[in-house]
Amino acid sequence: MSASRPLSPHLQIYRPQITSILSIGHRLTGLALSAGTLLLVWWLVALARGPEAFAAAQGLVGSWLGRLLLLGWTFSLFYHLANGIRHLCWDAGYGFEIKTTTASGWVVVAASIGLTAIAWIAGLAAMAG
Amino acid sequence: MSADRLRSPLGRALGLGSAKEGVEHWWLQRVTAVALVPLALWFVTTLVAHLGADRTAATDWLGSPLTAVAMILLVVATFVHMALGLQVVIEDYVHHEATKLVSLLLVRLACWALGAAALFAVLRVALGS
Repeated sequence: MSASRPLSPHLQIYRPQITSILSIGHRLTGLALSAGTLLLVWWLVALARGPEAFAAAQGLVGSWLGRLLLLGWTFSLFYHLANGIRHLCWDAGYGFEIKTTTASGWVVVAASIGLTAIAWIAGLAAMAG
Repeated sequence: MSADRLRSPLGRALGLGSAKEGVEHWWLQRVTAVALVPLALWFVTTLVAHLGADRTAATDWLGSPLTAVAMILLVVATFVHMALGLQVVIEDYVHHEATKLVSLLLVRLACWALGAAALFAVLRVALGS
């Protein structure tokens, strides 16, 4: 293959943009959610197995490590959900202008942070009350 | 709309396409994505509402037919969507043919196994253990 053919800019010298960052973020959160699914299955199986297994599972969920994983899982879920809806809009043929993709990108950022915050405030309030 | 309508007449006649079933992969990824929008929102909401619940409350929750059916749909849609998504990530980044083949097989088999375990757990609790 000739080295003089035109090459697309390499990632390392390509200025990061909201669109490219969100794009790789969709993959990363997809991977994170896949890992989180392992824990969800483990929790469901523990619930089915009986009180002792369930108590152990609840113990992990309640620990600081469990809380941290759950925080990452909620954020990944809301991010993948919001950006997934953005992808579905593109699939339907809407929102391809550069201005629109930038704006919808920031909506995804705001929505995923906002929804994560709402879920945690509601959850912590429910635990306290 | 069936996935077949997205093929060109010539492509349909020749049976060509990405590995012969690119459209099915793409379409199923979208169908499960659309299904997961309400299912994921429902799941996070019900999770937040049941935080800190003991095992009796958790089994009562899963014992409700509506919850059980929604959980079954969530598990099926999640694992189909996850298997398709992880497949694309492997195909994009793993270039060594044998490693790619083994990874694709393992991911697909793991998704089936985890999905089966999750469904069995849901049914066992829902139908009374």
